[in-house]
Amino acid sequence: MAQLTLVQAINLALAQELEKDDRVLLLGEDIGANGGVFRATEGLHERFGGDRVVDTPLAESGIIGTAIGLAMGGLRPVPEIQFEGFLGPAYDQICTHAARIRSRTRAGLTVPLTIRVPVGGGIHAPELHSDSPEAIYSHNPGMKVVMPSSPYDAKGLLISAIRDPDPVIFFEPKRIYRAFREEVPEEEYTIPIGKARVAREGNDMTMVSWGATLVQCMNAIEASGQDIELIDLRTINPFDMETVAKSVQKTGRAIIVHEAPMTCGIGAELSARIMEQCFLHLEAPVQRVTGFDTLMPYYKLELEYLPDAERIGKAIAETAAY
Amino acid sequence: MPVDCAFQTTIERVSILDEHGVFDESLGEGLIPDADVVKLYRHMTMCRHFDQIAFKLQRSGRMGTYPENRGQEATSLGAAYALEDSDWLVTCYRENAGLFWRGVDPEKILLHWMGDERGNNIPVKATPLAIPIGTQMLHAAGLAWASKYRGDGGIACTFFGDGATSEGDFHEAMNFSANLDLPVVFVCQNNSWAISVPTRIQCSAPTIAQRGLAYGMHSVQVDGNDIFAMVKVVRDAAERARRDNRPTFIEAVTYRLGDHTTADDARRYRDEAEVEAWVGRDPMIRLRNWLEHRDLWDESQEHAQQLENEATVSAIVKRAEGIEPPTTDDIFKWMYADIPASIDAQRRTLRTSSLGQGIDGSGS
Repeated sequence: MAQLTLVQAINLALAQELEKDDRVLLLGEDIGANGGVFRATEGLHERFGGDRVVDTPLAESGIIGTAIGLAMGGLRPVPEIQFEGFLGPAYDQICTHAARIRSRTRAGLTVPLTIRVPVGGGIHAPELHSDSPEAIYSHNPGMKVVMPSSPYDAKGLLISAIRDPDPVIFFEPKRIYRAFREEVPEEEYTIPIGKARVAREGNDMTMVSWGATLVQCMNAIEASGQDIELIDLRTINPFDMETVAKSVQKTGRAIIVHEAPMTCGIGAELSARIMEQCFLHLEAPVQRVTGFDTLMPYYKLELEYLPDAERIGKAIAETAAY
Repeated sequence: MPVDCAFQTTIERVSILDEHGVFDESLGEGLIPDADVVKLYRHMTMCRHFDQIAFKLQRSGRMGTYPENRGQEATSLGAAYALEDSDWLVTCYRENAGLFWRGVDPEKILLHWMGDERGNNIPVKATPLAIPIGTQMLHAAGLAWASKYRGDGGIACTFFGDGATSEGDFHEAMNFSANLDLPVVFVCQNNSWAISVPTRIQCSAPTIAQRGLAYGMHSVQVDGNDIFAMVKVVRDAAERARRDNRPTFIEAVTYRLGDHTTADDARRYRDEAEVEAWVGRDPMIRLRNWLEHRDLWDESQEHAQQLENEATVSAIVKRAEGIEPPTTDDIFKWMYADIPASIDAQRRTLRTSSLGQGIDGSGS
């Protein structure tokens, strides 16, 4: 078993799926000889050739639109969109076609497609390289939305996404692409889509988060010295409400943490569901620690925008004292 | 020489049976066996009758909005005839003739316009009608790519209107297909109008065909109301796709004789005189005259054909109207291969209010 970074775990998952299933092919901008701007596909073009790892013209809608055709044609395309800020041009293909084809054809045609997209802030990147649009694509019926928070999860969730019979957006939190290493088994394994992970057990409070923010949550929890249960949602849509509800019914207190803006964020949906399913267990109002309802600032101010251990710590103290 | 010609070419226009009935023997003789020409004509008359009945169904409140196909039958029919059943047809919504030729049950098309998704479940190599303009050509590129990847010899042929050539996805599909060597046949049905907007607002170049040229693919203009010419250019394009993995752009010049849809009134924006001129170029009348001139068709056959069409379409309507209604469960059950718990709760209870979503469905 090797100590891998998250981006290495993704590379390993892609390589193993390419090896295992000749229906799998990768397409996108700069993913070939260059190995992707984050090197997620490094070495794959050389190993599997230009028919399986394909540099496309620079056109996001074109990448997703042709990938939909590839998927309807029986393949398992894994397109890469270089940054989440450039997913917008493909929104039409994702929401008016990929998400709808199974239902509108009554399963005559399906779209087993995995769209890989680096997501989120914290790497001092230029404008439109740091956003968190997971709620936008979760509001759209027909898509699945996944975001790993660790190298181990990245590999298992990506393999599940590629093998999933429906379209998946696989958001890769770029802030933790290389932030830490962990043991990642060489052999293949899957992590089910739609199941959350209890990252830390606790009895006094529940914290729910996903992606890169898990790091800040863990830091805040450790600094607080309190007995807090931390849930990594892993899948944003459909999310695992059973695990969340079970925890909040035990703890009576809940904080949701995400990078995306607060209004209409996934935290709003989680908060509503907690209210519905845990009403009589709640000891305090559900709190959200999120990005502000502003544009993601340029990087000089990005750390002011992103939820950090200090802001999360304040919410912990306030929720505990309520 | 400081200024030289970097590139020069011409756009060919192909016509075999023109609007005056003149038939180009050099291109047309033997192109389609006589027996098949008769079949194609008979098919065209059935499609025309289907179109008329569909229009009446909408007008009498038995069907929702419907886009008439009248006048454009030769384009998709010629293409479908020229292609193999193993090639993908990726259409928009005015290609009944080609889809029916391929084997799509006409009942399915009625079901689609009757507001029933079962109309999109078609067990042939054709994608369902595409409502958003100009997005399906990328799927054709992807489907062709899948065929090329597998080496199964298949290609994809996609249809769209002149208005769709203004959409970004059109250009991306052309660019991907040309640069990645994808076996695609692009058929633009230039029918002069995108609802009320004339072609010159979509394209101010002398031809739409030259748009294909800009992407480095073979491009040709064809009389889209001439089924012989359609068969020839699509056959050539299919061969180019299969042999060289190269796409072709075909501008099929045709005309929408009816309104855009039953919700439209074309008298608001176009002259009757223009429509009348195109009535004289009707692909079906032209083909009938050719057949009669060659003693392959006569009045009695025409009469018998009309009776057959009435019976055929009547049976289709009967089946479409007689189908069992979709169930409420159908709203939910096709969303994903495995229904997520939250959708399943809505499915079981037909409620979104959480108190009403208990296991037994009790509550508010």
